[in-house]
Amino acid sequence: MALGMIRAQKLKSFFSLIGVLIGVTFLIAVVSIVQGMNVYMEDQFANRLVGLNTFQLRQRPGIVTGDVDDAEWRAWFRRPRISYADARYVRERMTIPAVTSFYCADRMTLTYNGKEAKDIELQGTEPSYFQIKNFELSAGRIFTEQETRAGTPVLVIGDLIAEKLFEGTDPLGKSVTIAGLPYRVIGVVAKQGTLFGISLDKFVTMPYSAPGRRHICPHNILDELQVQAENPAVMQEAMDEVEGIMRGRRRLKPSEENNFSLQTAEGALEGWKKISGIMMMALPGLVAISLVVGGIVIMNIMLMAVSERTREIGIRKALGARRSDILAQFVVESATLSLLGAAFGIGAGIGLAFLVQALSPLPAAVAPWSVGVGVILGISVGVVAGVYPATRAAKLDPITALRAE
Amino acid sequence: MNPEVIRVRDLERRYDMGGETIHALRGVSLDIRRNEYLAIMGPSGSGKSTMMNVLGCLDTPDGGEYWLNGQEVSRLTDDALARVRNKEIGFVFQTFNLLPRATALHNVELPLVYAGIGSKERSRMAIDALQRVGLGDRMHHRPNELSGGQRQRVAIARALVNRPSILLADEPTGNLDSTTSEEIMAVFSELHRLGQTVIMVTHEPDIAAFAERVVVLRDGRVESDRLNRESAA
Repeated sequence: MALGMIRAQKLKSFFSLIGVLIGVTFLIAVVSIVQGMNVYMEDQFANRLVGLNTFQLRQRPGIVTGDVDDAEWRAWFRRPRISYADARYVRERMTIPAVTSFYCADRMTLTYNGKEAKDIELQGTEPSYFQIKNFELSAGRIFTEQETRAGTPVLVIGDLIAEKLFEGTDPLGKSVTIAGLPYRVIGVVAKQGTLFGISLDKFVTMPYSAPGRRHICPHNILDELQVQAENPAVMQEAMDEVEGIMRGRRRLKPSEENNFSLQTAEGALEGWKKISGIMMMALPGLVAISLVVGGIVIMNIMLMAVSERTREIGIRKALGARRSDILAQFVVESATLSLLGAAFGIGAGIGLAFLVQALSPLPAAVAPWSVGVGVILGISVGVVAGVYPATRAAKLDPITALRAE
Repeated sequence: MNPEVIRVRDLERRYDMGGETIHALRGVSLDIRRNEYLAIMGPSGSGKSTMMNVLGCLDTPDGGEYWLNGQEVSRLTDDALARVRNKEIGFVFQTFNLLPRATALHNVELPLVYAGIGSKERSRMAIDALQRVGLGDRMHHRPNELSGGQRQRVAIARALVNRPSILLADEPTGNLDSTTSEEIMAVFSELHRLGQTVIMVTHEPDIAAFAERVVVLRDGRVESDRLNRESAA
């Protein structure tokens, strides 16, 4: 019956649905996209950029997604840098099982066979770095501890370098020149893919002690010491231990703040978490506004329906409909209308989420609870918006109603 | 003699019309027995519409008593009156008053919906009522696909489907041509012959002539109450 009425007035019904439709679309799409972003940021961004169960001992945070004021920035730059000696000191004194690697990097130009590749990240690391990053090789081998100690000029290259600089020819054993010094390619890291559309395969890794170190790790200074705890359970313990060791080495009083940073994937995500938190907090407001508008539209449509169908109400009352029967009829009609809007909204929201997935690297994680909330909101808006018109209908005097045109 | 279905005593009904009080009924008393066929006549303003509304439990009187089937109904609440209308009264209106978007079958089922009867039983009873008025083959037509006479038959089927104590018809032929009017009046006569109590409000003497008893109202009072010789014979 309710559906019949809605079908009979398709266009009017459709317009009355728009408010609820937009509200629920909003809800589903924003929740999906924010959750998709969360999944993406955690899986991809943090773990691939920082590494699983990994933290980095640094002079200052490297990945900053939150707000930092100028004074704080300047304070970071005044801190002492992390030296080889600092890193070795920490490594020797750590008791929690962990894998560590020196790490420094800068952008350099590579030359092979007269061809240049500019702006390539040259990393100076140790063999353990490949374990921390969970890199697999598609060809060749990684460099050894001996090569690291000896500072042998060897390179393990990213997939993109193998592809672009060597154009399909086997890069193993070939000589690449960086800042005038020759390096021998000994391995290729399997393709890592992209992050926010930026290739993760545009890098080359050499032992931190290799000849090019004066370009990336000058004066025995490191960008960071990477520490990967054996498992998530000891991650915090490992961080506390490293913090203690460093504070001891730098003779910091209990009142003094750390003059170094321990960066984790979690920490790198802090800024993002703040943004997504704000979005999730603003969401109820946005949804509420469109639902209130949707509710008012539905209420008006229902008031119109009541006055257009006064005679029908009179007939029904003459035939024995009680107030509650009429009330229920119009509330159900209103709720059906609104629920229909919510259903379209859920469809549109999911569609939008998948569109975002298709056009961006974000996964579309449609949250089942948001669909549930959409349905409940749809029904509630309809019921609330329907009560007043339905009450008016229920109170109509049958004689007057029967006389209506 | 059959028992009384309706007993009305000193019925009064007043309306306020812009500060002026209009006395639509000024003490009407009337007894109607089961299986009577009664016409209420009177010029416009005589109070016959008000009488019809009060008898149909659509309106409540300001004074007097109205016993319907042994129950005093003049002081009931809206919802209690709805119950009474549903169980005791079958309405047939001048303008048919069918739901335009519903099929004949659904229109006839409507009183049963409000009586709380299950859908199977409902459609069985509605089909039966439609067959009784000769519309067994038009059940799935909508009102706009039916002629005026057919529409009024649907309305009669709807009025009868709950087996009401009284069939209350308000100018039932007012919107019909004379041939169709006679057909409809034949339906009423047949129902009366089968035992149905029929009360009809009309201003047309030709139509009132089908009834066996005619009550004439004037200025809110019963002016005359007599038996029709032809139909009594």
